[in-house]
Amino acid sequence: MLADHMKTALISDLHANRQAFEAVLGHARQQGVAHFALLGDYVGYGSDPGWVVDQVRALRADGAIAVAGNHDLGVTQGPRPTMNEDARAAIAWTRSRLSDDQLAFLSSLPMSEEEDDCLYVHANAFDPAGFAYVQGRLEAMRSLHATECRYTFCGHMHEPMLYHLSGTGKAGDFKPQPGVPIPLLPNRQWLVIPGACGQPRDGNPAAAYALFDHDSEELTFQRVPYDVEAAAAGLRAAPGLPAGLADRLAHRLVAGR
Amino acid sequence: MNDAAPASATPSPTPITAPLQPGQVLDGFVLEARLHQGGMANLWQVRRETPVPGEDFPLIMKVPRIKGGEDPATIVGFEVEQMLMPALKGPHVPRFVARGDWRRQAYIVMERIEGDSLRPRLDQAPLPLVEVVEIGIQVAHALTDLHRQHLVHLDIKPSNILLRPDGSVVLVDFGLSRHDFLPDLLEEEFSLPMGTGPYMSPEQVQFVRNDPRSDLFALGVMLYHLSTGERPFGQPVSVRQLRRRLYVEPIPPRAIRPELPPWFQEIVLHCLEVRAERRYQSAAQLALDLQRPDAVPLTARAHKLQRSGLVRRFKRWFLALGEEPDAPASVGAQLARSPVIMAAVDVQGATPALLEELREVVRRLMQTEPGARLACVGVMKTNRIGMDELTDAQGRSHHVQQLIALKNWAHPMTRELALEDGRLTFHVLEAPDAADALVEFAGKTGVDHVVMGARASSLMRRYLGSVSAQVVTQCACTVTVVREPAQPDAPPSDDDALISPSASN
Repeated sequence: MLADHMKTALISDLHANRQAFEAVLGHARQQGVAHFALLGDYVGYGSDPGWVVDQVRALRADGAIAVAGNHDLGVTQGPRPTMNEDARAAIAWTRSRLSDDQLAFLSSLPMSEEEDDCLYVHANAFDPAGFAYVQGRLEAMRSLHATECRYTFCGHMHEPMLYHLSGTGKAGDFKPQPGVPIPLLPNRQWLVIPGACGQPRDGNPAAAYALFDHDSEELTFQRVPYDVEAAAAGLRAAPGLPAGLADRLAHRLVAGR
Repeated sequence: MNDAAPASATPSPTPITAPLQPGQVLDGFVLEARLHQGGMANLWQVRRETPVPGEDFPLIMKVPRIKGGEDPATIVGFEVEQMLMPALKGPHVPRFVARGDWRRQAYIVMERIEGDSLRPRLDQAPLPLVEVVEIGIQVAHALTDLHRQHLVHLDIKPSNILLRPDGSVVLVDFGLSRHDFLPDLLEEEFSLPMGTGPYMSPEQVQFVRNDPRSDLFALGVMLYHLSTGERPFGQPVSVRQLRRRLYVEPIPPRAIRPELPPWFQEIVLHCLEVRAERRYQSAAQLALDLQRPDAVPLTARAHKLQRSGLVRRFKRWFLALGEEPDAPASVGAQLARSPVIMAAVDVQGATPALLEELREVVRRLMQTEPGARLACVGVMKTNRIGMDELTDAQGRSHHVQQLIALKNWAHPMTRELALEDGRLTFHVLEAPDAADALVEFAGKTGVDHVVMGARASSLMRRYLGSVSAQVVTQCACTVTVVREPAQPDAPPSDDDALISPSASN
């Protein structure tokens, strides 16, 4: 199945940010990418949930991988009790903006997908529907122990990160530098968090994603600058979104926090 | 992504269990002969079954020797090398060609370097000083190049240094190295300090793995050994013995070989300082001193003839007990903090206003970077053909006068920034062409940033050509051209198009 695509673009936590998603898709296609893996949280926080869901649907029809995130389930099944107030308010607003068709598509998404030696899942491999965060080596190790796959690609955490587990059971972590290819050697297991496309939180507002080259086994983290101001203006102009919430979300985008 | 990729494409993870044989073909590489059997790896001479256009150099294949069952040190070290080598380029590393899949047969195919390692030279030590200095210069150049690529080698020793026939140096074996932008697979794997006992820096003993100054310590150990015939810290075999270098100084080289000059001892002991911040701050700064012995500022290090007494040693031992080294954020951060800045000053030709402006610009640069090193350079013109009329006596005095003038120019800044501690050197170059001499000096000594004045009058520039324009075009580094502040009513100069007042490239 992988024979006709050499490179996969790993995109996560799009959060209804049309400007960021468009920029990332454009950047990836420029790098010759024809295969996409979308790691969940297509909606929530941003002002363009409908447009983003339609794009994800079109990509999936074209062979892309797409798994469900906690925000996507929140919109279709009601918010989880652990969610904070802003997340709940954003989910309520998002639900009002989506058609039945779009909601049905979100409900149809699987929790995880496997292809060859790759596992695609939103939060982790040990309890995909529980959405526990991979916050450090301990959780990364737990997740890597829970799968036979050599590579795990997940989102949920909004900062780009790379974890690895050696044959002797030692786990390491690494904060990646954008644009530098990293060989993911087959001697160990790897857990890749490409970072958030639609709501980065590491202080850099540029959209994050990653490219994996299946032939050379090289992973390259990417940062793509996009029109943050337009996305922030979109939030402030979104009909029905409470002004205070819109303002806080817009601030987050501009600051990348 | 790069041309290195194709060889790992074979998706057939059936492990090869039989020993490799001459004539065997592995992923398109024909094994011709085993060149070397080492403790950690074997080296095979190989060639491509089907030649690749443009790959016009001989190849070797390095194959790890995994000793029965699990052997984490060899496995992880080889993984590190497979990961780092494709990221490195330039004349001081073998060109990477391909890597082999672990599930089948791990290997690295790379350029074969003609020439021996420095290991045999160790048995001939003490070597003549000129040879030791030349080796030091070449290794420092190679380290400058690697450090600029965000890599710290961490296992600099004679057997990992290959000498090409032209005398330049190639560094090999990156199994312990660390790259700023690639995961450190060794960090979590082992609970013992990693390195080669005699060469390991004090901070490596304390588990710091990202300080480029560790390589300068190892180079200092090598220079010490090659020049005296003895190891400064012996051959430690336990962590306790390794830790001795945190508080016991080596015997000064001149106590072993009194004929070694004080400047050489100054350089070696400067490399061997326990605290990285007291060492040379970059390999380029070390190369600069090795190439210009007459300009090396001599401190107490140069004149010591015995190591410190027991009381000082005890004090250092006591202080070393709970001490943690001050590690830099990364290789790149340490390098960015320690540039070599070159001020090209035409003391005789420039106007006082330009000299003052030049000093002000240099002062600002030096003030922002406490690790920066400043080389003040003047050029003394010599005739193109034949001997100069001002031979020796008078020529020397011209040279000395230029030096005095340079020091005088720098004096206000020297005091204000407390540059007396060896961060400042003065050089007078004798050459027929000023621009050529400056470009050559900057290139050879690894200067990061040249600051120079523009010729004052546009008329002079028209007839004599602009020295700064030539330096801007030909220097590989950043060049700042300083102009005399314009007079408010002066008409704009007619050929300013060439270089804008603050042109930098």
